[in-house]
Amino acid sequence: MSENTAYKLWEFHGGVHPPFHKDESTQLPIKSAGIPKQIILPIQQHIGSPAEPLVAVGDKVDKGQLVAKANAYISANVHAPTSGKISAIEELVLPHPSGLKGLSIVIDTDGKDDWGNSGKYPSYENFKDVEPELLLKRIQEAGIVGLGGAVFPTSVKIEGAEKNNIDNFIINGAECEPYITCDDMLMRERSAEIIYGIRIIQHMINPTKCLIGIEDNKPNAIQAMQQACKNDPDINVISIPTIYPSGDIKQLTKILTGIEIPSGTRSVNSGVLGQNVGTVYSIYQAIIEGIPALSRITTVTGNGVQHPQNFEVLNGTSFSFLAQQAGGYTKMADHLIMGGPMMGFTLADDKPPITKATNCALFTSTTALRESNSEFYNQPTLPCIRCGKCMDACPVNLLPQQLYWHIRAKDLEKAQQHNLKDCIECGCCSYVCPSHIPLVDYYRFAKDELHEQKTTQEKADISRERHEFLLYRKERDKRERDEKRAAHKAQLQAKKAAMAKKKAVNNESDDATESTTDTAKADAIKAAVARAKEKKTAREAQSKERQDEQQPDAKKRKKKGTNDEV
Amino acid sequence: MTILTAVLILVGLSTVFGLILGYASVRFKVDGDPLADKVDSLLPQTQCGQCTFPGCRPYAEAIAKGEAPINQCPPGGETTMLALADLLDVEPLALDEEDIKESDMPEVAIIVEEDCIGCTLCIQACPVDAIVGAAKMMHTVIESECTGCELCLPPCPVDCIIMQPVKTTIDNWKWKKPIPIERTYPVIPMILIENEQK
Repeated sequence: MSENTAYKLWEFHGGVHPPFHKDESTQLPIKSAGIPKQIILPIQQHIGSPAEPLVAVGDKVDKGQLVAKANAYISANVHAPTSGKISAIEELVLPHPSGLKGLSIVIDTDGKDDWGNSGKYPSYENFKDVEPELLLKRIQEAGIVGLGGAVFPTSVKIEGAEKNNIDNFIINGAECEPYITCDDMLMRERSAEIIYGIRIIQHMINPTKCLIGIEDNKPNAIQAMQQACKNDPDINVISIPTIYPSGDIKQLTKILTGIEIPSGTRSVNSGVLGQNVGTVYSIYQAIIEGIPALSRITTVTGNGVQHPQNFEVLNGTSFSFLAQQAGGYTKMADHLIMGGPMMGFTLADDKPPITKATNCALFTSTTALRESNSEFYNQPTLPCIRCGKCMDACPVNLLPQQLYWHIRAKDLEKAQQHNLKDCIECGCCSYVCPSHIPLVDYYRFAKDELHEQKTTQEKADISRERHEFLLYRKERDKRERDEKRAAHKAQLQAKKAAMAKKKAVNNESDDATESTTDTAKADAIKAAVARAKEKKTAREAQSKERQDEQQPDAKKRKKKGTNDEV
Repeated sequence: MTILTAVLILVGLSTVFGLILGYASVRFKVDGDPLADKVDSLLPQTQCGQCTFPGCRPYAEAIAKGEAPINQCPPGGETTMLALADLLDVEPLALDEEDIKESDMPEVAIIVEEDCIGCTLCIQACPVDAIVGAAKMMHTVIESECTGCELCLPPCPVDCIIMQPVKTTIDNWKWKKPIPIERTYPVIPMILIENEQK
C-alpha cells in the first residue's frame, strides 16, 4: 500500500459537479433481491453478436446452466440465474432507449435455486499455478462482461491486454455518476474479494503498476480497500478528487497516470487496462467460487421508491420487482431511468428486465431530474448565445457549440471533422448550458446518422461488386457459349474435311471397286426412287377416286347450307 | 541578334516541354474515366434504373460526360444530389417531390413463398443476384443483399413479390434529431415596448 498523499495526480480538462445524491442509497447494506416468479433473459446483454439459445420451451434448467452460447468472438454466454422451467422464447421489450423488442428466454422459477448435477465450476483456488489461458477460458465461459456500463466481453478485453505490455492496470472505483452507489457499496462490503480478483488479473497480464482509483466522496470504500490490500505493496488505492466524469476510463487514466489515450485508439495500445470493480468481483466469483455471471449489484434509488438501497439482483429480474423490494413506489415516481441522470436513458415502463448492463434503476420525479439533465426541462429551449461554457466543461476537449451548429445545419461532415466520434456523451455540455439545449441528444443523433451513412456506403459497395460480377458473369457465359459453338462448328468442319479427304484418298487408291460399288449404289437409289414414284401415282389415283365420290356429298351439303340460309 | 537568341531559347524550351508532356500523356495515361468512377462511388448502387439509365454505372458515365442532370436518382435522394453537386461543382437541382417521398423508407423485396411458381423470371431480373432458386422450385430473396430496386416486381407472372420496409432492430435503430421548442423573440427588447405602451 502506498502513501496516498505522495501519489501525484493529474487533471483533465473541464468536468462538472452535479448534485451527487449518493447518501440516499448507502444507508442500508447490500441486500439480496430474492428470486422473482419470472426471469427474462435477453440473448443480447452485451456488445457484439447475440448469443445463440441452447434450450427449448418446456426444458427444465438448473441454476448456472448455460442457456445461450456465444457464437462469435465478440459475444458472451448467458446462464440461467436460478432453477426453473423455460416457459417461452420470444421477442420481448428490452431495457433499451428505443423500447424495441429482442429475443429473450423466459424462465418460470421454481424457487429451489438448485444448482443441479452440473453444479458450479471447479474452483481455481491456487490460481497462481494455473495457466492464464485456462483462467481466460473460464472468464469467457462464465459470460463476464464489463459491468461499468460498456458491457464489452471481458475475456476479449483481457486477451487484448495480454498481447500488449500493460504498464498500468487501473481498477475503476471512481463511480462519478450521480445517484449510483453500487461500486461504492461493493467496495465497502466485499473489498477482500475485489483484491483477490485484482491478483488474478495481475497474474494474467503482469502489469507494472496496479492502481485503484476511488473518488474522495467515498471515504468508507477507500478505507475498506486500503485495509484489504495492506499486505499487497504493489496495489495502490488512490483517492481522487470528486469531479464528473472521472469514472470514464480515459479521464481516470489521465488523472492517475497523466497518459492521454489518443483519439481512435484503445487504452490497451497505450499500455493501460481498465476494469470496473464490479467486473473484478465477477472474475473473483468465476475463478474462486466457480459461479458464472448470474447476478450483479444494482442501485435502486431516487425519490420514487420508499427505501433506496443496493441489491444483489439476479439477471432478468424486472424493474417492477426491484421497486417492490425497495418498499414500493412513492407518489413522486414519474420516471424510470436505467443508469444515472447524466448518461442514463428513460424507460417507458417497468416490465423490462435488469441485464448485465444495469448498474442503477433510478425512479424519480421530473423536478429532481431537472437539476442534472436539461432534457427534462419543459420550458422552451433558448437560442445558443455562444457563451462557450460547454467548451469549458467538455472533458475531451471538443467544441460542443461548433458541433451543435454544424449538426443543426445538417453538415455532419463538418461535425465529423470536429471529432464528433470522440464525444463520450457524458452530458457535461448539456448540464452547463444556460439555454438548456439538449446538446448530447444532437451528438447522439449525428453519430447514429453518420454510422448509418457508413453502413449504407458499405452496402452500396457490396451491391456494386455484385452487380459488376453479374455483368461479368453474363459476359463470360456468353463468351463461353460462343466459344463452344465455334469449337463445335470447327470440329464439324474438320470432320467433313477429313471425310472428304478420305473419300478422295479412297477414290484414288481403289478406283475400280469404288466405282462399281458406286454404280451399284446409284442403281439401287434409282430403283428406290422409281418404286416410290409408282407408289405415289397409285396413291394419287386412289385419292382422286375417293374425292370424286365425296364431291357430290359436299355439293349437296353446300346446297343444304344455302337453303338453311334462305 | 538578341531577339533571335530569345526566340531560339523559347522555341527550344517549348520543344523540350512539349516532348515531356507528350511522353507523359502516353506514359501516364489513365484508363477509363476517373470522374465517372467518383460519381459512381456516390450513387446508391440499387441498379434500379429509375434514372432512365440501365444501372448506376451508365448513369455515372452520363453525368461525367455532362449528358444527364444530377437529380435523377430517387433512392439516393437529396443527400446524393448534394454530394454530386459538391463533387462536380454545379448548382444543386430540386428533386421531384414524388421521388423524395419514396426515398424516405428503405425497403426490401419479399417473395410470398406459397404463391411462387418457380419461373426464375425474377432471378434473371435481379441486378445484384439477391434471389436464389431453381426452375419449378420456390425462390427466395437474400434480404441482406436486396437493394430494394423493385426490378423483380414487373416480371413476376403471379405477383408474389411484395416490398416491405426494413425492420428496425437494436442494431439499426437511430436516435431522433431533437426538436427544440423554440420561442421567437422580438427584435426590440420587451422592456422598450412596455415603456412605449405606457
